[in-house]
Parts: sequence; C-alpha cells; structure tokens
Amino acid sequence: MQRSIDPHLFEWPSDDPRLMGSECEACGVVTFPRQTSCPGCGSGKVVARRLGASGRLWTWTTQEFLPKPPYAVARTAADFVPFKLGYIELPGEVLIESRIVAPAHEPLTIGMPMRLMFEPLFRDASGAEVISFAFAPAEAAA
Amino acid sequence: MSDVSIIGIGLHPFGRTPQRSGLEQGVFAAQAALADAGLSWKDVQYAFGGSHSAGNADTMVNRLGLTGLPFINVSNGCATGGSALLGACLAIRSGECDVAIAIGFDKHDTGAFSVNPGDWGLGQWYGEIGLAVTTQFFAMKLQRYMHEYGITHDALVRVAVKAYANGACNPNAWRRQALSYEDIAQSPMLNEPLRKYMFCSPAEGAAALVLASASAARRFGGKRVTLRAATIRTRHFGSFEVFSPSLAVQRAPSPSVMASRAAYEMAGVAPEDVDVAQLQDTESGAEIMHMAENGFCRDGEQEGMLREGQTSIGGRLPINTDGGCMANGEPIGASGLRQVYELCLQLRGEAGPRQVANTPRVGYSHVYGAPGVSAVTILSV
Repeated sequence: MQRSIDPHLFEWPSDDPRLMGSECEACGVVTFPRQTSCPGCGSGKVVARRLGASGRLWTWTTQEFLPKPPYAVARTAADFVPFKLGYIELPGEVLIESRIVAPAHEPLTIGMPMRLMFEPLFRDASGAEVISFAFAPAEAAA
Repeated sequence: MSDVSIIGIGLHPFGRTPQRSGLEQGVFAAQAALADAGLSWKDVQYAFGGSHSAGNADTMVNRLGLTGLPFINVSNGCATGGSALLGACLAIRSGECDVAIAIGFDKHDTGAFSVNPGDWGLGQWYGEIGLAVTTQFFAMKLQRYMHEYGITHDALVRVAVKAYANGACNPNAWRRQALSYEDIAQSPMLNEPLRKYMFCSPAEGAAALVLASASAARRFGGKRVTLRAATIRTRHFGSFEVFSPSLAVQRAPSPSVMASRAAYEMAGVAPEDVDVAQLQDTESGAEIMHMAENGFCRDGEQEGMLREGQTSIGGRLPINTDGGCMANGEPIGASGLRQVYELCLQLRGEAGPRQVANTPRVGYSHVYGAPGVSAVTILSV
C-alpha cells in the first residue's frame, strides 16, 4: 500500500505525476505548494498550475545530522542516512526546494540539469509506504 | 527627531547556566542595566521584553517590582531583542515616557532548533522529509553566494578563527577558547560547505538596556550612548529566506539590505563612518554575506578583507568583537541586545582586552532571522 505524503503537493497516483503549484492571474507569479493568494501582489485570483518536471540546480547542500522531529525518515542517529537537498529552477516558473537523489560520490554542481522523480521515503503508522517528490540529476533519472 | 540615549547596559553571561531559568537570567540582566544607569526599577516607565522559548517577559515584574508599569511582551524571532529596543525607543520618541527598558533573554535545548512546520505556515510534510532545518538555508544561501562571488572555504574558516579568538577575550562569552585554523577546517561537515565549528549553537543568556530621552539622560548624568537609528524590515517578494518550499524566479534584496539602508538614512551616517560592527553570524557564511548586505563592502570583497584581517579587532572595521553568535551561542531573544551591549562597551571604552583602539565613535548592529526579518541599530558617542 502506498500513499502521497500530502495530497496537495503532487498528482498521485498518476502516469505522469507532477508537482502542483498555483499561478496568479493578475501578475503571473507561480508558487509551490498551492496558495490561495499571491505572495507577489496579494491578489486572491490564483489558479492551479501543473509544474514542469525538469530544471537546473540553483543551489544545494547536504544534511549530515539527524533532523529533529517531525523528521519521519529516521528516528535515531543510527538509522539516519545523510542526504542532499537543494533548489531546482524550473525555467520561467519557480524554484523548488527538494531532496536530491544522487550517488554520494558524485558531486552536485550549480546549473546541472535535474529531473523530477518520486520515491518512497518511510512507512507510516498503518504500514503504508509514504511517497514524496525529489529531484535527481537528469542523466540518472532517465 | 528627538534623541534617545542608552544610559544603562546589563548582561547575564551567555552559554549554559543550569541553576537559573531564562526568566531569572532576564531579571539579572535588567538589574545589572539599572545598576549601570544608577536607577531603580521604579524609575522605569515602560518596558519591552521577550524570549523565544523561555517564557513571558512580563512575569519578570514579580522579581523586579510590581510598580504597575506598562510591559509589552515581544515575540519576533531573531529580531525579538531589536523589536524590544525599537519599542522602547518609539515609546520615548512619542513622548509617552522618558525612561524605558528593553530586555531580551532565552534558554534553548541543545542541538539544532526544533521546528513545528505549522508555526511557519507550512504542512507537516516539510518537516517529515527533512527540510525544516534552519542550518540548511544558511548553507544553501552561502553555496549560491560562493558560486556567484568567488568566496572560498578559506574565508569561512577565517571568520570562525576570528570569532573564537574574540570570544577568548570576553569573560561573558560561552566559548572562551581560541580554535586553530585546522580545528575548524577539520571539524565534522554538517551542511556543505559548513562545518561544526563554523556554526553558532542554541544557548542561554540575557541582555537589557535602559533608554532615556535627551532631557532625562541629562538629568541622570552618567554614561550616555546615543541611539541614532533602530529599524526593522521584513522580506520583499523574491528574497531568499529560510523555510521557503519555493522561491520566485526573480531575486530581490534581503530584508537586511532594506533595514540597513533605512538605518543609515535615519542616522545620517554612511558605512565608511562606522568604527565597529556586530553582524548576525549564525555561521561563518552569514557574517560574510551580511558584510555586503549592510553596505560594508561589495559582494566578493570579503575574501581579501578577511585575509588582510580588516575585520579583526586590530583591523579597519572590527566585526563581532565579543565573539558574535559563534562564541556566545544563540539565545534567540537575547542576541540582538547582546550586540548593542557590546557596542556600548566599545563606544564607552570599557571593552577591556578586546577594546577597539582609537576611541570608536560609531557602532552598528544587525540581526537576521526566520522567516525573513532583520533589525539594525546605529549608535554613536
């Protein structure tokens, strides 16, 4: 059994799941996740927008210590696996903060092409596999 | 605009004080500030105070005295101290009172800050997948900045070496032992490119300032430092801030840039006039980026400035002379007022072994915090 970590974030299940954002009808600003008003101009006229699936790495870092709760992927330092994260610029749309799935030995470089993917991250109390979004270097995701 | 002076300063040592609650540390700092001013609690007409996680500031009146004064609790993240100071300043400028006090204190658990995503308008998912970690933001802002402006890892180490060297000259600092270049450069990586000893840690401490109108300050005599500007700004659309699941494609200046510009204008001084500065140094990279955001250099010039020691105590513009957040730790409610306390010591010529030479006359302080708020003060004697 699988479930989305949050039904508002992305289409799931789907043959071609995408992140779901919103777009301001007044000024065109795109946000993720969806908002009911625009952070750019304050307008309440925003519509849902299906976001692009590829972009470029804008910045990144690593997480090398166990985050405090509500981190759900590991509960103890012994179970914790360091991970990478960053912002991916979807051209003309928005920059998305995301976990990055990439081999530990391969360095990330700003500007490298990235592609949206989905991964099971942890199991919830009912035993269901919880799916979240991530990005990966474009070659690796192909 | 009428002058407001700081006529009394008090500090509870930063670090870990298991035998005192955060509130008790606040009372300690307030009493020290009153003693420094030569006043008693009944002389205070207005109080502004706050902490992030150590309780309601106004309950301190049980210890300080139940005089009936108006006491405003302030809760404004890392700008809590700056907000308390601004409140006290505005209360005096408005003519509402002649003597006011600003008190900031805190006491945090060890390790990185706990974050409840809901408090920041975010879904629980943001924490569950591991993005609700403040240190990641600093690392990612820095990584981009290093890429754009050629800042190197060497500069990050140099900032930390300076912080602990200054902390070693400050009896109230938490970390009073200098660390070598190698100690820092080889400490464990936490969030690339930032290592353990490049970060400040959540801690405890308190600071308080007694403020007075020009006429009251003259009446009381004593040592006076003039508060030339106190500003607070929140983020504009497009600035890169902590706890942002997405960012706009176009960039905007940070709230620090906006608070800084407003403060220079209010004070009528330029960055070149500043003799000593305290800049938010949540980690090494923050100090570097904040040097440019506060107008002290152009982007990228920090590398050379650090190599030449320009921001060390003997340099052209000493920064974080008390060891900053790195050597003092970060009690969120207290840090902003600690910076102003240190500036007052420096401008009064009372900073002991870390005193900046040639009688500094203009001091500058800056804090930045989640979710994108900055406070700046400019002082002079």
